[in-house]
Amino acid sequence: MEYSPELFQQVPKDIASAEAIVRPSVTYWQDAWRRLKQNKMAMVGLWTIAAILLIAIFGPMVSPYSYSDQDLASQNQGPSRAHWLGTDDLGRDMLTRLMYGARISLTVGIMASVLNLTVGVIYGGISGYYGGRVDNIMMRIVEILTAIPMLLYVILLMVILEPGLQNILIALGVVYWLSMARIVRGQVLSLKEQDFVLAARTIGASDWRIILKHLVPNAMGPIIVTATLNIPSAIFTEAFLSFIGLGVSAPMASWGALASDALQGFRTYPWQLFYPAIAISITMFAFNFLGDGLRDALDPKQRK
Amino acid sequence: MGSYILKRLVSGVLVVLIVATATFMLMRSIPGGPFRREKALPAAIQRNIEARYKLNDPLWKQYLDYMKNMLRGDFGPSFKYIGRSVNSIIEDGFPVSAVLGGVTIIFSLVVGIPAGIISALNQNKWQDNLAMGIAIVGVSVPSFVMATLLMYVFAVKLRWFPAAMWGTPRHVVLPMLALSAFPTAFFARLMRSSTLDVLSQDYIRTARSKGLSWAAVVYKHVLKNSVLPIITYLGPQAAAILTGSFVVESIFAIPGLGRYYVTSIYNRDYTTIMGVTIFYCIILVALNLLVDIAYSWLDPRIKLTEAKE
Repeated sequence: MEYSPELFQQVPKDIASAEAIVRPSVTYWQDAWRRLKQNKMAMVGLWTIAAILLIAIFGPMVSPYSYSDQDLASQNQGPSRAHWLGTDDLGRDMLTRLMYGARISLTVGIMASVLNLTVGVIYGGISGYYGGRVDNIMMRIVEILTAIPMLLYVILLMVILEPGLQNILIALGVVYWLSMARIVRGQVLSLKEQDFVLAARTIGASDWRIILKHLVPNAMGPIIVTATLNIPSAIFTEAFLSFIGLGVSAPMASWGALASDALQGFRTYPWQLFYPAIAISITMFAFNFLGDGLRDALDPKQRK
Repeated sequence: MGSYILKRLVSGVLVVLIVATATFMLMRSIPGGPFRREKALPAAIQRNIEARYKLNDPLWKQYLDYMKNMLRGDFGPSFKYIGRSVNSIIEDGFPVSAVLGGVTIIFSLVVGIPAGIISALNQNKWQDNLAMGIAIVGVSVPSFVMATLLMYVFAVKLRWFPAAMWGTPRHVVLPMLALSAFPTAFFARLMRSSTLDVLSQDYIRTARSKGLSWAAVVYKHVLKNSVLPIITYLGPQAAAILTGSFVVESIFAIPGLGRYYVTSIYNRDYTTIMGVTIFYCIILVALNLLVDIAYSWLDPRIKLTEAKE
């Protein structure tokens, strides 16, 4: 091969084109969304949750029955054209009650998770940001609370407060913020030494502003993952409480209450138990898959 | 080591005292007395009963009495079963629950740990997918659903096992399976991720490159290191099994403490609720203490005086 002098010509420097950004820059959230979309199970979870939410919102509206309509002429029927999933021991339409139960179970799950998030973020944020003695005392308190079996105290609170939706939320909210507080504290501890915090402080931002506007948004990934994984455990706990008779009061029905009601006639009418059982399990699947997927997407370091 | 155990012991006692105080205050904050019925009792009888149970004393005196008795191991009389003490309820129920809980823990370790290791060694192959698929069912299905499904299939339809009651080993199988679903799946998932973690370490490559067989590497190098996280989660899982036992014992009509507890909740039997709650707390705090000591003994890298994490 011949080497002609033209091959060795100098390319003129073109700073403008070298610095030009060819592709649009990807933000953290876009990147996370791209990773989440690749995770098939997480997407199945996401769509399932969306479907359950739609059913919970619109299902009871289009149903010809109400969740408390009794029809003593048609008790304990199997699935039929009039009652797609049959009726319960008071002749109430199972499908309507199931869809209505979805409202309650999802409300409990999401609201409890939001409550925990609020308490945990504030507590963990303060503890991590101020550090030192404040942190020491606040974390000692968390340590002691962690040693206490909390479900027992949820039960005690429910014994004292009257059973009902609002009180379930209070009991769950009071109790389950510990892990969130820990995670936020850890994040804040490592973030607060970074330069942007110093910059914010230099221009005179208040502590409160730094915590909520600068530290917490940067810790959002782990916070969202924890909150998502808190939802199924709140639904779980609500179902458990309803099952031992401390849940929402009749005729309202969460999935746990439906399962508990069905247990009496279980040997003769097992399908009455299967519906809420399947509904709870599918919801748990969906949230667990989504939570795992979110953890992989938002927090790639944790991926195993 | 000694000072560490002492420190943990003191903090454990402190937790129990806080728990007992909180429980006492919570139960006393309930509006109306435990003897308020729909039909009002004659005033004299009401007064007699309240005197019998010392409900007329000022609150601080009731509290001190309760704590004093508790420290002597006496949880007082039951409010609903006349002539029965909370202690006798615990003595009746706890052995049954302890057997069920112990068998459950053993089963979930014996099944969960190997399942996790097999998954990790065959990462993303069919063994892994199968085991993790079953595990996600295990963590997603509530124990009462599991219990009723097992009962329906194996007791009602197939009639392999009795559907209820307690006494022979055959009675243990179904409740144990229902209770162990969650911890088994949890341990399997945990074991898989910690084994994968250990497998990527340099010392595993060293062990392999000096010519050790896979079996020897797994047994001598991987297992010892990857099993440690399991131990830290034994305490929380014991708590989960305990609360699971409330529903599983109720469903299978097992005369254990969990069922008595649920019954006392239904009956609003306040002293029993209080006593059993405190008893459960003591058991769990003691378990956690044991687990921590075992952990520091198994993993000398952890300095005992340092706080965890």
